[in-house]
Amino acid sequence: MNEKNAASKWGELIHTDGVSGKLYNDPDIYQEELKKIWYTTWVYVGHESEVPNKNDFIMKSIGPEPVIMTRDRSGEINLLLNRCSHRGNQVCVKNKGNTKSFTCPYHSWTFATDGRLMGQAFPDGFKNADKTKLGLGRVTRVASYGGFVFGSFAETGPTLEEHLGGAKETIDRLLANSPSGEIEITAGYLQHRVAANWKLMVENETDGYHPGFVHASVFQAMDSRINELYGDKSTSLSRDYGNGHTEIDLRPEFRKRDEELSWFNTNASRLPDYVKQMQEKYGVEKAREIMIDGTPHVMIFPNLFIAEIQIFVIQPISESESIQHVTAIQFKGSPDINRRLRQQTMGSVGPAGFLLADDSEMYERNQLGLQAQQPAFTYNGRGDHRERLDDDGFLVGDSTDDLPSRGIWKHYKKMMEAQ
Amino acid sequence: MMLSSKVDYDLLREVEQFLYREARLADDRQYNDWESLWTDDGIYWVPANGADIDPETEMSIIYDNRSRIALRVRQFYTGKRFIVEPPSNLRRLVSNIELLESEGEEIKVASNVIIFDSATRGDSVWACSNLHTLRRVEGELKMAFKKVVLVNNDKALNTISFLI
Ligand code: FES
Ligand SMILES: [Fe+2]
Repeated sequence: MNEKNAASKWGELIHTDGVSGKLYNDPDIYQEELKKIWYTTWVYVGHESEVPNKNDFIMKSIGPEPVIMTRDRSGEINLLLNRCSHRGNQVCVKNKGNTKSFTCPYHSWTFATDGRLMGQAFPDGFKNADKTKLGLGRVTRVASYGGFVFGSFAETGPTLEEHLGGAKETIDRLLANSPSGEIEITAGYLQHRVAANWKLMVENETDGYHPGFVHASVFQAMDSRINELYGDKSTSLSRDYGNGHTEIDLRPEFRKRDEELSWFNTNASRLPDYVKQMQEKYGVEKAREIMIDGTPHVMIFPNLFIAEIQIFVIQPISESESIQHVTAIQFKGSPDINRRLRQQTMGSVGPAGFLLADDSEMYERNQLGLQAQQPAFTYNGRGDHRERLDDDGFLVGDSTDDLPSRGIWKHYKKMMEAQ
Repeated sequence: MMLSSKVDYDLLREVEQFLYREARLADDRQYNDWESLWTDDGIYWVPANGADIDPETEMSIIYDNRSRIALRVRQFYTGKRFIVEPPSNLRRLVSNIELLESEGEEIKVASNVIIFDSATRGDSVWACSNLHTLRRVEGELKMAFKKVVLVNNDKALNTISFLI
């Protein structure tokens, strides 16, 4: 297909105020997405703290494809493919652990944790083989930012920092809330399977229009002030950072409240150790500002959602099935807030969570609804008349606007049009 | 004391009746009645990633204290808990009931449960081994602790749209 045709094909499917329902349930489009998005762009894989020691490994994924994240003997992080270079057996069948090497069970080839082929059984038979070319397959480029490790199968293209662009600052904002400046991912994941296309999740994460309705049961059953943040009187913003990254910026509302830790639905007297740590690190004034602003609510395209206190990793399985991997963020060296971060995360996400179970119900009903032929397009034009630029030159709208969705599709279209 | 090989059949029958009643109330979504089976200090735990994780450091699917159990039940009654709109049809079998330990007023009981769940998404089967600590409160058995170990809790799970 030449460039013009590709452009017109995607132009027909993606309008500025809505997209074709096909984009959520066509298996051929899904295959094309794997190639042009998942196996091209920077995809979040795991956090450095998940492999803290030399020779640690953990199973991760890029799209449906499994990836072994290792920290090798020299302390470097590698993303390896789980396929023996001899005849293709899986070299790793454990979820995580520590090992000096991966020994393939089939004919006993042995690979180092950096993927190098170390040894072959009965080596006499390999006179013509070049051992240096028979290592494990690997994700071509690996880079990390703030401890978040990303991989890209593309040999060239933007660097991770270029790809993150303005969204980099949201990760900085998260880390600023940790008194040590570091976060850890150590609590293990819940894996929630949903019968829905991955893009329904990406769009929902920064959809500030739905919480008041979908999560009404929580707001009714417990004392929660989340509702105020997403009403049509809220001063919160939606923001499009470009490259598909989007945010709901709740800081304007938190600044109005002017209370430390109100972003976390608690207050300073409940977490005295944490507050003290923050004041020691930043001084009273600056600590207060950070604790009022809180952590970000940002969707880093295509699969990392930093949701204030937890991260979600979105994994597509097919055009109509996905897994959300969710876990609590932990602030390195701050046990009192960490306990609360875990407890709130366990309450809200996962298959039985107070919040996410209802979101998942919505994705699944979307998926069913989108099978209907008419109307052929969705509508995401809400708030398009009030889009504006912020001081940094990023598009912003009200928190209940469809601006994030439009930003996601704009970037998606660009990626899919590329040859 | 550890139970000897000699079984206290009266106690076993009483425990069985309790577990069957709990199962029926959960299947029929009689949430308030189900909640009334709990002691005031109840802990409701559904671990993830195995049976022996530490819920104080690792993520569980459910790790509720008594007030969170109450919140869970209240949420079902708001009419806006969409995972039960419409509710899936459920029926569970409770079996392999075994008295593990009986000390003072507390009885530890193991059981296996299979749940058939017919939802919009399709029909699914859930299998778990349960551990209850029952306590006699004013003559009645109550749940002080319930641990539900789903056999596939290390894999991706569908939404659990019911009391498990
Ligand atoms: S397939 Fe791995 S050694 Fe033969
Ligand atoms: Fe939501």
